[in-house]
Amino acid sequence: MLQYIMRRLLQLIPVLLGMTFVVFLIIRAIPGDPAVVILGQQATEEAVAALRETLGLNNPWYVQYFEYLKNLFTGDLGQSIRTRTPVNEEIWPYLAATFELSMFAIIIAVFIGVNAGIISAWFQNSWFDYTAMILALVGVSIPIFWLGLMMQYQFSLQWDWFPTTGREDVRNPVNAITNLYIFDTIIQGRFDQTLDVLRHLAMPGIALATIPMAIIARMTRSSMLEVMKSDYIRTARAKGEKMFWVVYRHSLKNAVIPVLTVIGLQTGLLLGGAILTETIFGLPGIGRYIYEAISSRDYPVIQSGILVVAFIFVMINLIVDILYSIIDPRIRYS
Amino acid sequence: MTTKDPVLQVKGLKVSFFTDDGEVPAVDDIDFYVKEGEVLGIVGESGCGKSVTSLSVMGLIPSPPGKITGGEIKLNGEELTTASEKRMRKIRGNDVAMIFQEPMTSLNPLFTIGSQLMDATLIHKKGDKKQAKKRAIEMLKLVGLGRAEELMNEYPHQLSGGMRQRVMIAMAMVCDPKLLIADEPTTALDVTIQAQILKLMKRLNEELNTAIMLITHDLGVVAETCERVVVMYAGKVVENGLAVDIFKDPQHPYTRGLIQSVPDMRYKKQRLYSIPGNVPRPGSIKKGCRFAARCEFAFERCLQEDPPLYKTAEGHSTRCFLFDDTKEDTLHDKDTTIATS
Repeated sequence: MLQYIMRRLLQLIPVLLGMTFVVFLIIRAIPGDPAVVILGQQATEEAVAALRETLGLNNPWYVQYFEYLKNLFTGDLGQSIRTRTPVNEEIWPYLAATFELSMFAIIIAVFIGVNAGIISAWFQNSWFDYTAMILALVGVSIPIFWLGLMMQYQFSLQWDWFPTTGREDVRNPVNAITNLYIFDTIIQGRFDQTLDVLRHLAMPGIALATIPMAIIARMTRSSMLEVMKSDYIRTARAKGEKMFWVVYRHSLKNAVIPVLTVIGLQTGLLLGGAILTETIFGLPGIGRYIYEAISSRDYPVIQSGILVVAFIFVMINLIVDILYSIIDPRIRYS
Repeated sequence: MTTKDPVLQVKGLKVSFFTDDGEVPAVDDIDFYVKEGEVLGIVGESGCGKSVTSLSVMGLIPSPPGKITGGEIKLNGEELTTASEKRMRKIRGNDVAMIFQEPMTSLNPLFTIGSQLMDATLIHKKGDKKQAKKRAIEMLKLVGLGRAEELMNEYPHQLSGGMRQRVMIAMAMVCDPKLLIADEPTTALDVTIQAQILKLMKRLNEELNTAIMLITHDLGVVAETCERVVVMYAGKVVENGLAVDIFKDPQHPYTRGLIQSVPDMRYKKQRLYSIPGNVPRPGSIKKGCRFAARCEFAFERCLQEDPPLYKTAEGHSTRCFLFDDTKEDTLHDKDTTIATS
């Protein structure tokens, strides 16, 4: 087991190097002089020359790349052109907001999606199966910005159940420690604020959860149907096992592997920033952070944002791989 | 021979599958019984309804589309066709256990051997994990698997086919069932392993007095292990009797064909006999004997009427008009009114 994890970690090294190299190229691949692009056409020649010097653009590319790697290792992600603050200081609150939202959404999506898929497979061709699968089809097809707006209209404006936008009540702001507000409010014992944060998360969380939920439900259903036809499930039934355990123990463990893949990919996508959802619900997340950086040509931020998102994606895949090996002994030993 | 009560008594069992093309009868009015402590062989080609019969006894016919449409299955006098699912769960694995054809796929790949062996004990018997584990190790030793303690923590993929089938047998025998249904238990195994598995089953049958219903298409397997044989063809019993009688004096043309198609090492030059034609699709023959189309002795009557089971000797009966001069076997086939559909 440990050996397997070590092997997977070693395999990560080339992936991460490749990733950093691609991200490194982004700024260099800009047509013309990056310094001019960054500073704009009106920039003075001295300013451009100074920027070229700070960016190290006068060195050969491999020197630049190693310089870049060295900075990464010391946690230096460069400085935002817009705000003049180091990116590594600035990026965390955004990342935390996205992390909280994504986790909230993915927990809803997994819980409902997996169970709906299981029950649909168990009672194949029942009314539940049909309803769940039609809803899942609607779920994958629905444009998220439309759903978000409709939810705001109905649940905030009409019924006033949830706040329309933001992460917290601005009149009662959370005292941020880690910027993961649920965690922060709990350790500070401010449970009223925890509830408030959850109310703010509810609508964007559900809106964000619809597509992964639908995909997970469909995947779970088809995977379960496959497994439940297998010989070892017949064996389990021949032992006199209750159908509930046949489904939730003997079948689910086998069916969950393709579902895990989907969950991993979807989590990666959510953590990569749900720009639409974050924009509609006024959430300061990583998606919006990168988006705003793009609109103002803040290249160091774009570069670092992409790097962080890609890094998260790789890490989630690593976690999924490790989970596979925990579930399936055949992966562990091969 | 002492008269033992039947553990399993099947009478007039009918099982159909309801598909888009209508009702397809897979098993049509079959009778047989298994006595305490005996080994009954059920022989037939693929698609003759052997597996459907065994799954009916377990109450595991995939439903829909399958359904028992008539007849009775009595286990120690208890009717199973009308038993509730809850009651069937108590019977499965406890009173009747089953092993399957494919040991490679019949064990769950993600659970340890130990956990799969302990399941049945934990489901059916009162007692904790410790006792279940003790019992599991005991069973592994009983089926001749060494290093039982280590095996408990291993996964199916680490075992060979023969070992897995032994594990399957151990798993089936954990609750000391009265009847073990073995559906082609050796088909997927090497010949040498086959013999070992059959020997093991025979030994368990003798030591634990578990009745075995052995389903196979292999007459060699039957000759080696069974006391009595039921030959099935296209969802019907065509011949049944003691194994010795059937091998010495096969009566139904189908049984004869089956015996002739077993390779005989004494006659090297001879071309191996094969029964011409194929097993008819279930439900495709509406009238007459189901074997008529492939039978070299078929005459006009065979195409018109469905033959009843004729009792040809003590404990031996055959469904063939060639034995019309003998008495009908009322003991096995009560309802002999000829179906004209």
